[in-house]
Amino acid sequence: MIFLTRRATFSASHYYWNEAWSAAQNEQVFGKCANRNGHGHNYTLEVTVAGEPDPVTGFVVDLKWLKDVMEREVLAAYDHRHLNLEVEEFKAGKLVPTSENIAIAAWKRLEPKVNAAGGAQLNRIRVYETPEIFAEYRGEA
Amino acid sequence: MKSYFGRRYTLSASHRLHVDALTVEENRAAYGKCNNPHGHGHNYVIEVVVTGEVDQDTGMVINLADLDEIVEERVLERFDHKNLNLDTAFTNRVPTTENFSRVVFGLLKDMLPKGELEHVRVEETENNFFECYGD
Repeated sequence: MIFLTRRATFSASHYYWNEAWSAAQNEQVFGKCANRNGHGHNYTLEVTVAGEPDPVTGFVVDLKWLKDVMEREVLAAYDHRHLNLEVEEFKAGKLVPTSENIAIAAWKRLEPKVNAAGGAQLNRIRVYETPEIFAEYRGEA
Repeated sequence: MKSYFGRRYTLSASHRLHVDALTVEENRAAYGKCNNPHGHGHNYVIEVVVTGEVDQDTGMVINLADLDEIVEERVLERFDHKNLNLDTAFTNRVPTTENFSRVVFGLLKDMLPKGELEHVRVEETENNFFECYGD
């Protein structure tokens, strides 16, 4: 089994806010991330797929294909967007756009496409919010 | 859903790889220039990975501010700008980065308010790193 990882970057804005809570509680839990004017990050999305290299091509997956899937399924929706206001999974207070939730949301977007292609299986999504902070989802319940 | 949250911290410290039970020659052979009697230093990167359920209310595995506070208090204050050999954690243990990663894992393991410590990775330079999963 070989694990292949492709990185892509996107820039987006967000803030942390739980609609069920008071302003004071949001500010207490989320600190400066609760500023309703939002703030932004240059995110790095790392997508890892696992599979056997194809005996003919030597590829686990075609990297160009993977790049296109990441661009179509994730970057087109997230890049240069306000996650709380414009992105389906998070808007209208549905879900706080933490890196944890972004990793899970990106998994849900990518898994059906990657796994349906028949070669490799999606293994891991890692989302870097800054070079020092990341969240990871491995498809575990 | 089970997820993983990672955070990287840096600290600068000195160490010398030397074991009293070995002879001068044996120490030199085992540790090379890391055995230099006066020690040397590194900018260490400490990567802490916490695993757990993503909290429905906060969207978080662990609150970053809580993790920062614990790592600051338990690890950074203790080792940053210090000589590792002089810390009690290394009284009977050579401060290789393998051992340093174990020490850091032990200092953080039971201290987290949420989630579980999955692993600690210590990067000694850009080209070498050591991971402890608590095994």
